[in-house]
Amino acid sequence: MRRVSKAPRRFTRTEARSARAASGFLLPFLALFLLCFIAPIAYALYESLLKVERTGPLGLGGETKQVWAGLSNYAHALEDDRFTAGFGRVLLFGAVQIPLMIAFATALALLLDAASARWVGFFRTAFFLPYGVPGVIASILWGFLYVPGISPLVEMADSMGWDVDFLGRGAVLWSIANIVTWQFTGYNMLVLIAQLKAVPGELYEAARIDGANAWQVARHIKLPLIRPALVLTTVFSLIGTLQLFAEPKVLKPLSNSIDSGYTPNLAAYNEAFTSNNQHIAAAEAVLLALVACVLSFGFLRLVGRRGKDGDNG
Amino acid sequence: MRHRIITVSLLTVAAIYFLTPVYWLVVSSTKSSSDLFGTFGFWFHDPHPFDYLHRVLTYDDGIYVRWFANSLMYAGVGALAATLLSAAAGYALAKFRFPGREGIFNVILAGVLIPGTALALPLYLLFSEIGLANTYWAVLIPSIVSPFGVYLCRIYAAAAVPDSLLEAARIDGAGEGRIFSTLGLRLMTPALVTVFLFQFVHIWNNFFLPLVMLSDSDLYPIQLGLTSWQGYADRQPELYQYTVGGAFLSVLPLMVLMGVLQRYWRTGLTEGSVKA
Repeated sequence: MRRVSKAPRRFTRTEARSARAASGFLLPFLALFLLCFIAPIAYALYESLLKVERTGPLGLGGETKQVWAGLSNYAHALEDDRFTAGFGRVLLFGAVQIPLMIAFATALALLLDAASARWVGFFRTAFFLPYGVPGVIASILWGFLYVPGISPLVEMADSMGWDVDFLGRGAVLWSIANIVTWQFTGYNMLVLIAQLKAVPGELYEAARIDGANAWQVARHIKLPLIRPALVLTTVFSLIGTLQLFAEPKVLKPLSNSIDSGYTPNLAAYNEAFTSNNQHIAAAEAVLLALVACVLSFGFLRLVGRRGKDGDNG
Repeated sequence: MRHRIITVSLLTVAAIYFLTPVYWLVVSSTKSSSDLFGTFGFWFHDPHPFDYLHRVLTYDDGIYVRWFANSLMYAGVGALAATLLSAAAGYALAKFRFPGREGIFNVILAGVLIPGTALALPLYLLFSEIGLANTYWAVLIPSIVSPFGVYLCRIYAAAAVPDSLLEAARIDGAGEGRIFSTLGLRLMTPALVTVFLFQFVHIWNNFFLPLVMLSDSDLYPIQLGLTSWQGYADRQPELYQYTVGGAFLSVLPLMVLMGVLQRYWRTGLTEGSVKA
């Protein structure tokens, strides 16, 4: 009996010592995490609930002060057709671009896994190179390749009698999708390759002895085993898609089809720095973060539930 | 054999897709602004590579070199500090039991899922309240917080740092700080390399944060500088050429780095996804 009553107390004592040691390691990070993650979120929430009111005749010339706005900034953002259209646009973008890019990356990873060793190094490097090109530079680069007058692509299409307009109303979103795909396919491919390498080789041998061909091995062994990496790359792509900013911002001067609210991020940026309305910008930033979290967690839960037994590879 | 031919040709088509813009950039960096518009983009025309690149470097009192140095500083110092902070935090979360541990970890994990650009705007408002906006710190401080780094370090430390080893060191009378710096950091090295590279590229590529935070062009990282050149190119056509040349110079070192470092990338990145 004594032992039993003593045990929990000793446990809490080591726990306390452990907590003291751990806090020394954790505090520097936590302090900055507080400053750069928690505080901005709190501040954005606070700012999003205020608005500026001008006192004085006709709201001109007088003093300005911040007053409580309730949810009116959110209402304003959600009633703004351009903002909601921008949200719809990035969701459509994500629904098309992410599956295409992940499929492309998976295909390349499987092909490289099956290719003869001599070529692998060159191809892997070639596919991964664009990841080293920042989004802005990639957009400047592809911008030149889209603009008639400079672009050799447009010129070549022209000489073959095709009239292409990469920056037109219907096309520009997919021109942006191309930039993102170009940049991140190789990165996703590397993550998938790393997971493929973690698959024990006996598994393939056993399958081959059972008479499976290369396609069957890929379909029934490799694909299920790289599932966790597929989930990871999809979630990161999802978060990246919602943040779309650099590409439309760089292409905007080149295309009439990109307006100031083309993506939610662009809308919030313009609201804050062009229209000088930081309260609505704060509300838009909060909405963006909220949607990103709901979608990422939702996706993780969705695949987590379905894949519980299959994941222990 | 037929399989191999199909595989290699598919891979070749993909390689052409990925390398074409890079090839265009190399060709175009040797052209004048008027040749950029007047000649076929996929072939050389009267190339003067060193002449033009020299002008990029010296234009406006060598502002380009300054931007480059700024980028190196933001990414280098930021990634190094981020790696150390993540290592310490990840180690603590993996190797000590204390109340609230899982709660703290989950909050940090949620931080991975919050889009950085959604934070940048409120962060700017906050930093301008405390007078940090438009300083080096405005870009540097947020860059050294990497929730993903903590996540990776925790998972790696849990697998690679054995408890028995730590116990033995404690019995020998070593302090926790020393155990971490001599044992923990050494055993976690592969994960730390990954975190450093990941964060370096992340900071180097970050556009929104510096765009929001900085108004003084002396503090700009390279990407911000290049977009400002591009923005003025309508009025000063030679800036088209400088933008292209500057873009070429800026991707050169990162591409070399990518080529060399992709091997490290492979070892580290999946530690997270395999065990999650």
